[in-house]
Amino acid sequence: MSGGAAEPLLAVRGIAAYYGAIRALSGVDLEVREGEIVTLIGANGAGKSTLLMTICGNPRGRGGRIEFEGRDITALPTHEIARLGIAHVPEGRHIFPRMTVMENLQIGAVCGADGDFEGDLDYVLALFPILGERRHQRGGTLSGGEQQMLAIGRALMSRPRLLLLDEPSLGLAPLVVRRIFEVIAEINAERDMTVFLVEQNAYRALGVADRAYVMVNGEIRMEGTGAELLADADIRAAYLEGGHG
Amino acid sequence: MDLGNRFGDDGIQWGAILKDAGLAALVALVLALLLFGVRLSDGGGGGLEFRPWWVVIAVAAVFAGRAAVALWIGTRKPASGTALPWFDRAVARLSEHKRLLFAAFFLAVAILPLLPVADRRMVDLATLVMIYVMLGWGLNIVVGLAGLLDLGYVAFYAVGAYSYTLLAIHFDLSFWVCLPLAGAIAALFGVLLGFPVLRLRGDYLAIVTLGFGEMTRIIIINWSSLTGGSEGITGIAVPTLFGLRFTPSPAAGETAFHQFFGIPFGGIHKLIFLFYIILILALLTHLFSERMRKLPMGRAWEALREDEIASRALGLNPVLVKLSAFGLGAMFAGFAGSFFATRQGFINPSSFTFIESAIILAIVVLGGMGSQVGVICAAIVLILLPELARDFAEFRMLLFGGAMVAIMVWRPRGLLAHRVPSVRLGQAPPGALRGGLP
Repeated sequence: MSGGAAEPLLAVRGIAAYYGAIRALSGVDLEVREGEIVTLIGANGAGKSTLLMTICGNPRGRGGRIEFEGRDITALPTHEIARLGIAHVPEGRHIFPRMTVMENLQIGAVCGADGDFEGDLDYVLALFPILGERRHQRGGTLSGGEQQMLAIGRALMSRPRLLLLDEPSLGLAPLVVRRIFEVIAEINAERDMTVFLVEQNAYRALGVADRAYVMVNGEIRMEGTGAELLADADIRAAYLEGGHG
Repeated sequence: MDLGNRFGDDGIQWGAILKDAGLAALVALVLALLLFGVRLSDGGGGGLEFRPWWVVIAVAAVFAGRAAVALWIGTRKPASGTALPWFDRAVARLSEHKRLLFAAFFLAVAILPLLPVADRRMVDLATLVMIYVMLGWGLNIVVGLAGLLDLGYVAFYAVGAYSYTLLAIHFDLSFWVCLPLAGAIAALFGVLLGFPVLRLRGDYLAIVTLGFGEMTRIIIINWSSLTGGSEGITGIAVPTLFGLRFTPSPAAGETAFHQFFGIPFGGIHKLIFLFYIILILALLTHLFSERMRKLPMGRAWEALREDEIASRALGLNPVLVKLSAFGLGAMFAGFAGSFFATRQGFINPSSFTFIESAIILAIVVLGGMGSQVGVICAAIVLILLPELARDFAEFRMLLFGGAMVAIMVWRPRGLLAHRVPSVRLGQAPPGALRGGLP
């Protein structure tokens, strides 16, 4: 698809995925290039989260290949995929509730073995100052928005090459959602972080994304730049004017 | 039955309480009818004696007790969150000086056997409690830190005891050589038994480990050529203090402990010596797990306990994390088992039944999962109380059960449920974060 240019950072080629006998994804093709923000939008149950999880090796992708920096990662276990530099912020945040904010962040740094811990910590605390104030508080006592920030901060601590965000705006107040999308744009601009973002909040996601894919029933139906899809009549009708904005 | 939800804003719901207590009384009735109500007559001839009053008393006691507990839980202030807020505050304040407290505690325990009041029974009891403290701390690595519910922990205790005994008897090795070997063998068993259960969690893991615990015991019983079957093995030597034996009449050319120090022989010397060994072993277990919590591997254990999905997404290998917890937990059980064997001088499979696993797990759970101090408190309650209560004869198990119920009502998350963060003041311990990860 991308033809010329450099090798994409992440390439998903003809991947299907199953939960038992149920097919959740079929023939998914997409690419994320270095330095891009790419978003995947689609309705509930379309298979967006499944695609992110398949990239991370659970469930395992079938029938095609997933490549990261040109390397086939389709058969790797989840933790090895993470160690290659793919940080997954799962849907529902999955922070460690009984551990403090600090401990959560430290575990995030655990596989970036040679990183500069203090520097990364300062960076994350500058992005989300509230985490600094709450550093000794248990993860489970944070508000939903703070937990989302912690989950993103924890993922950044490993200095990933690719950040996979699953529904970061889910269930959060509009102001917090705005801050999270600002941060996504910021880390992309300042740290050249490549981001693959799965969202139901199509309006915000398309606003921040360089390129976007639309998923329907486990297949990619449409792709284009964020601006193109924002202007597309079908997209507007299906995802933007339904009250998601 | 969730008692906490029985009370709305309208005050006490008597109906709910009575219904609940009634159900409990019904269960008591069914149990008491056969257990208390009928007895074979002493007079011979196989006649049955009926004792309706016993049943009535039992049912009434259960009804009243259940209602009282429900009433008490319902009427306490909901704002406090836990049943004993002052206790929580005290714990929080004490945990600020945790190191100091620990040092004081160990010092106090260490001088205990040297005090004039210490007699054989007291030192022996203290040793027994320390064994369970050590086992509790070992299991705490598996259950409290890594969150893997292990109901077969006694298997590793047994493996340690038998490894030690067989090595000591067949190869004539001393306690100090066998101890690390027995620990290593137990750790190996931990890893071996850990492999098949890696995919399991929670209840399923508990059932399988329960099975492993029983299998180990049954194998020991049946492999009599090696283990002596249910007869067990006798004649296990007592460890020496740098070659000094604890015997009234040493062999020619040997110096016994009392001769070396020029004191009259006393049987208590050996007990005190054994007590110090278990004290040091337990202390090592404690220092090890406290240190582990601050190292990446211990972090990984806790992370896996909290959230497996997130742990994997952060690059933690769940296989290694779980196996390391299983293996290290088993290692400490192996040490404790070796000690147990040398203290008893005799082992047989009946020391390693499921009830042991259950007691060790109860110590961890009642102490508050993951709490090191909690394990001490719970071991004292669970081991010392039943021993001290021997005077109450058959009522001692009743006291024991009552104590457990009381703890779970007052402290539903364990005596000391407060998890102490492994980092304070935002300072990472140097070198604690990088390298050497599972």
